[in-house]
Amino acid sequence: MIDGYKWWIPWLFVMPTVVCVLIFLVVPLFSGLFIAFTDWDVVSGLGGIRWIGLENFQELLQDDMFWSSTLRTLIYAGVGTPLTITVGLFLGLALNRPMPARGLIRAIFFLPSLVNVIAAGTVWLTLLNPTSGMVNQFLRWIGISDPPGWFTSQQWALPAIILMSVWISAGYVAILIIAALQDLPTELYESAKLDGAGTIRQFTTITLPGLVPILTFLLITSFIGRSQGFGLIQFMTGGGPGDSTTVLSYYMYEAGFHLYRFGYAAAIGIMSMMAVLALSIALFKLQRGRGLYT
Amino acid sequence: MSADAARYAPRPSLVRRQRRERIAWLVRGLVMALLAIVFLVPFLWMVSSSLKQNLDIFEIPIRWIPDPVDWGNYLDVWTGERSMVRYFSNSTIVVVATIVGELAVVTLAGYAFGQLRFKGQNVLFIAFLATSMVPAQLMLVPRFMFFRELGLYDTLWALILPGLASVFATFLLRQHFASAPRELGEAARIDGAGEGRIFWSIYLPMARPALAALAILIFDSTWNDYESALIMITDEAKYTVPLGLTRFMSEDGTVSMGPAMAGSVSSLIPVLVVFLIFQRHFLRSMARVGLR
Repeated sequence: MIDGYKWWIPWLFVMPTVVCVLIFLVVPLFSGLFIAFTDWDVVSGLGGIRWIGLENFQELLQDDMFWSSTLRTLIYAGVGTPLTITVGLFLGLALNRPMPARGLIRAIFFLPSLVNVIAAGTVWLTLLNPTSGMVNQFLRWIGISDPPGWFTSQQWALPAIILMSVWISAGYVAILIIAALQDLPTELYESAKLDGAGTIRQFTTITLPGLVPILTFLLITSFIGRSQGFGLIQFMTGGGPGDSTTVLSYYMYEAGFHLYRFGYAAAIGIMSMMAVLALSIALFKLQRGRGLYT
Repeated sequence: MSADAARYAPRPSLVRRQRRERIAWLVRGLVMALLAIVFLVPFLWMVSSSLKQNLDIFEIPIRWIPDPVDWGNYLDVWTGERSMVRYFSNSTIVVVATIVGELAVVTLAGYAFGQLRFKGQNVLFIAFLATSMVPAQLMLVPRFMFFRELGLYDTLWALILPGLASVFATFLLRQHFASAPRELGEAARIDGAGEGRIFWSIYLPMARPALAALAILIFDSTWNDYESALIMITDEAKYTVPLGLTRFMSEDGTVSMGPAMAGSVSSLIPVLVVFLIFQRHFLRSMARVGLR
């Protein structure tokens, strides 16, 4: 009764969350780790779970599809994330300056991040249709006689998905950048001006270091988001044409929900989790000491 | 006095600078507006096509303003045998239940972690944060398996219940409650108020802005959630909106573009309305979540 209430009172408040986290996070997590060491097809029920030790992982290491989809994930997340953040950074910097109808313009850039993947996907499938799509009509009109086949081409499908992902989240990045810019101390700019620092100098010594925390946050979360999402790819290309858009997360979905190899799918999940974790830690270490306050 | 007037009269260089500033202001607006229109093209195309008959959609060159404006696609989507009414009501159920359930569970815990003191508090909180490090992808298979064993597979429960275990939301509210003054609760306790009342009538009202922000975020992500529905739902009667939208495209491989676009526009409207009403709130809550 140090604080004036009985010791079990706080536990009453946390109990619902503790129960929910146990049931919906902890139990599934451990059963997922367990399933990765088994062979299971769901249809046979819990009795059909067969312990096979490290077999799934051994198979994974020899699975060409696993390695090629890992590579594609690295391209998708590794190119898409910095591209989105760069575009978002420039949008944010531009939209932070005074201009007419600024609120409306900001809202328009933010709009794509509010759309569900099916609505966005359908429109982009049509706009990027190789023959009747508006994008290629435009490209032909400006004199490119042989525009890309986008989602029908093995070479262009992944770049098309990357472009679409830039459209979806660049405005969201911009909004966060704007919020971070407004948190930067104005005194620093004033004293920099007094010291005769030019616009570029101010940008590299104050603005950019000031944005390091938010940029790191965005880099890590968008990288994780991109390496985990499979909905967009499932709907847009189904991993094709060929295997050209089969990224790791989609491969996992396919292994589980198309081939009913749930043990194998869980093993893919564990491998990609470890890869993402390693990359996040590396990124986090890399940014330390580069920020404004560190 | 005349010396004063001279001192305060704008210098010519300043006038010129102001004018230049004004022009730059306008030019920036123009450039960004043009870029914004490029970003807007998919939406314009969506709306425009939803109001056309199927044959007119692929007319070259494109006619942005449909002539005649044809509401048939919306009629088709909302009244026909493929009516979206069911998808909308399913999504509404999931969204409302998730918001109410998640906020209830998470607010209580956020309050305990942020405002109360108990043994094991920090250990428990760190354990919570650790579970949030587990990527959603890894949870996919086990969650499917788990709900299947519980007999909740192919029910809306499978879309609602996982939301109750949101470490992220707990964390957000803990931060909020931790910044509220402890003295208020202590004073009320001396006056003999019960713990339930202290929470309900002192601290909960203070958390209203945070709860609103959280509700908006939950609304947005739940309404647009396609992946969970794809995995958990097979019965068409239980389709949510994003899952329902796929029906317009995939049946025989071809797309009935008019209805698909009318459906897409319809699916956007609730999110858009919430966004427009709470715009400032919305962007701020996005930003707050990002900056933490």
